[in-house]
Amino acid sequence: MANHEVNTGRRRFLTTTTAVVGAIGAGFAAVPFVTSFKPSARAKTAGAPVTINIAKIDNEPGMRIIQQWRGKPVWIFKRTPEQLAALKTLDGNLRDPNSDNPDQTPAFAKNEARTIKGKENIAVIVGICTHLGCSPSYIPEMLPQSFDAEWKGGFYCPCHQSRFDLAGRVFQGVPAPSNLEIPPYHYADDNTIVIGVAPEGAA
Amino acid sequence: MNVIERTVANVTTWFNDRTPGLMPAYKKHMSEYYAPKNFNLWYYFGSLAMLVLVNQIVTGIFLTMNFKPSAAEAFASVEYIMRDVEGGWLIRYMHSTGASLFFVVVYLHMFRAMLYGSYQKPRELVWILGMLIFLTLMAEAFLGYVLPWGQMSYWGAQVIINLFGAIPVVGPELTEWIRGDYLVSDATLNRFFALHVIALPLVILLLVVLHLGALHEVGSNNPEGVDIKKVKDENGKPKDGIPFHPYYTVKDLFGVGFFLTIAAFILFFIPELGGLFLEYDNFIPTDPMVTPAHIKPVWYFTPYYAMLRAIPSFLGTQVWGVMVMGGAVLILFGLPWFDRCKVKSIRYRPMLHKVLISLFVIAFVTLAWLGMQSGSPVQTWTARGLTLFYFAFFLTMPFWSTWGQTKAVPDRVPDHD
Repeated sequence: MANHEVNTGRRRFLTTTTAVVGAIGAGFAAVPFVTSFKPSARAKTAGAPVTINIAKIDNEPGMRIIQQWRGKPVWIFKRTPEQLAALKTLDGNLRDPNSDNPDQTPAFAKNEARTIKGKENIAVIVGICTHLGCSPSYIPEMLPQSFDAEWKGGFYCPCHQSRFDLAGRVFQGVPAPSNLEIPPYHYADDNTIVIGVAPEGAA
Repeated sequence: MNVIERTVANVTTWFNDRTPGLMPAYKKHMSEYYAPKNFNLWYYFGSLAMLVLVNQIVTGIFLTMNFKPSAAEAFASVEYIMRDVEGGWLIRYMHSTGASLFFVVVYLHMFRAMLYGSYQKPRELVWILGMLIFLTLMAEAFLGYVLPWGQMSYWGAQVIINLFGAIPVVGPELTEWIRGDYLVSDATLNRFFALHVIALPLVILLLVVLHLGALHEVGSNNPEGVDIKKVKDENGKPKDGIPFHPYYTVKDLFGVGFFLTIAAFILFFIPELGGLFLEYDNFIPTDPMVTPAHIKPVWYFTPYYAMLRAIPSFLGTQVWGVMVMGGAVLILFGLPWFDRCKVKSIRYRPMLHKVLISLFVIAFVTLAWLGMQSGSPVQTWTARGLTLFYFAFFLTMPFWSTWGQTKAVPDRVPDHD
């Protein structure tokens, strides 16, 4: 212990390693605080499929049922033959008329009406605008509107003026980047829809 | 010396022996902080911002005593405060009106800095710290607006949180992390409460201390942009400076009286200010299935909101609007470096500067108005034009701020002694 010379190299090494180890320790200590912000186990289990009877929708064209699924509104509504025929005429005004983006459209619904085959008149759409998550207003009438003189029926978002047709396809020149989402769903029988599970054999 | 004077002297000595830093700190920041003697009306807003901050903290503490931060109870507990708690309505309106007035005084305070070039060297850090306060204040105000859990609270939170969803790759997961759920829910409200009542207020208080500390290091600017430290008397005190206490404490108290009169009028007669301070849709409890027909943020966010929705999405993403909105706030940080004019105050600047700053104010106010409207095509195109001007104003400032003939800045304030 008689040596009073300072070994600066060793001192710097010890200071640096202590600082690095301390920083790594602080990083690990932050983990529980960061993960506590994630959805809890209870929130995760709340995402189960829901079953809904749609018998009453047949009585009245234009009527819409709003069903909650994973906390989001899912719209179920019937389209008239005229409304379905009008969908084709809009293709030129749409951003993604063929629903090529698989994020919003599961393979089983990649068609003009964006539904399960054979049930084209019944639309099942997640009613959350793909822009910033508002729920667009349902304006099914084929009448001129203040925002579109040639309105063929569809959805209009009050938040940022995004517009969608009656198949939930987005128009060009609006803030929303993509079509409305089609949830995975299938028919348990003619009048019962299960939202949250895709039809058998479909991806 | 009588007995009272002796006691005061003894107590003072007792403290000075134990905390020798106390008196020097008091002198540095109050009794011997020399501020220019030509402050005008624009110099009230800093101290008024402090006053409102204290108001928000005090009323906020009392609100937490009755507020329930849960999705099931929040809305009803606010109504309970409004109707059943004695004096509760007043405390709540003091808090909600205070929030809006906070932004009124902060916007005026910031504009003062623009008028007199207060952000210029050597006060860049004062400006940056002030901008950080502004940024934190925006977050604090947004979190607070969610708490009453009305329709605007819910859908406002939905929109603002989804802004983060526009970030490529991590966006969707990030929004889940912020919400703590797959949608805005009880978990979101509960954590926003925690952030609003403790986390961000602590940050704001710390930033305010740093803001003042940085200011008192370099000294205050003034309407003439004159450096008062250039001319000092035989004691080394600036000839055009007066001690902050008592001169400016008294002046600020007068401003406080005037300000409180206006605040009291709003508070007692028009606490919602026609839907500007408290929106009508927020008196409807949250309904996750129905978006209100006309959704808009509170007035102080509307200039940026107008920019957000004026930008269409392209290349399959809407990140552009989010970037423009964020950029509009962040660009203000660069102001001390954009402005290359050799004089500070508008009073010594060429006509061109006065015209451009006036146009900037008109653009900003018009954007604020547009952000409250439903957004017709004409309005959208106007917003696009004004957004362009907003950015051009700052980005071309390094050029135009050097143009034109400036007037000579005197060594002392013009009406001294």
